[in-house]
Amino acid sequence: MSAAFRIGQRVRVRRAFPPGHVRTPFYARGHDGVIDAIAGDFANPEELAYGRGGELRRALFRVRFAQRDLWPDYAGPPQDSAVIDIYEHWLEPVEEGSP
Amino acid sequence: MQQHHDMGGLPAGPVERAEQDHAPWEKRVDAILRLLIDRKRRIMTVDELRRGIEALGPGAYDELGYYERWMASIGEILLEKGVITVDELGRRMAEVEARWKEAAEQKLEGAQ
Repeated sequence: MSAAFRIGQRVRVRRAFPPGHVRTPFYARGHDGVIDAIAGDFANPEELAYGRGGELRRALFRVRFAQRDLWPDYAGPPQDSAVIDIYEHWLEPVEEGSP
Repeated sequence: MQQHHDMGGLPAGPVERAEQDHAPWEKRVDAILRLLIDRKRRIMTVDELRRGIEALGPGAYDELGYYERWMASIGEILLEKGVITVDELGRRMAEVEARWKEAAEQKLEGAQ
């Protein structure tokens, strides 16, 4: 397995809104998170949903987001977070120190 | 654009925590899906099931129950794949409807 991101790395979810079957939640797109774990390589559900084999397999990451980043009006404690499973092709690296 | 089913985080009201009993037909729909996706048959995938549910659109997506959505999606996917035909499905639905109607009438007569 050759995962493109390492645990602890800061990533940004691509802001893309294609039609069709997509597993990346709408509310996470465009937001930054940190790689929490690498779940493994899986057949791509965006292909499986149309009866194709889903090759090549894609790395799936558990990405941790601060709830306050996801929801501007979030009223809970600042340390609250959400972990979302996101495929590699939906993630981009974020340079340290970039806005 | 936000797709209708992708509603994570939107206001949704309270969560009903009570255990729910499933009707026999709901268990049957569940069993049918398991058979369609198993390793031996691989007639469809759960990803296709989800795509079919997402394609229901705002009206049907909200009005149908959980297993009704499954049934609608399974029907569409099997039509797409040529496993069943529209004509077969239509005739079978009419048959089942007639059988249920008859059973309901007999039950009514029995009660009198």
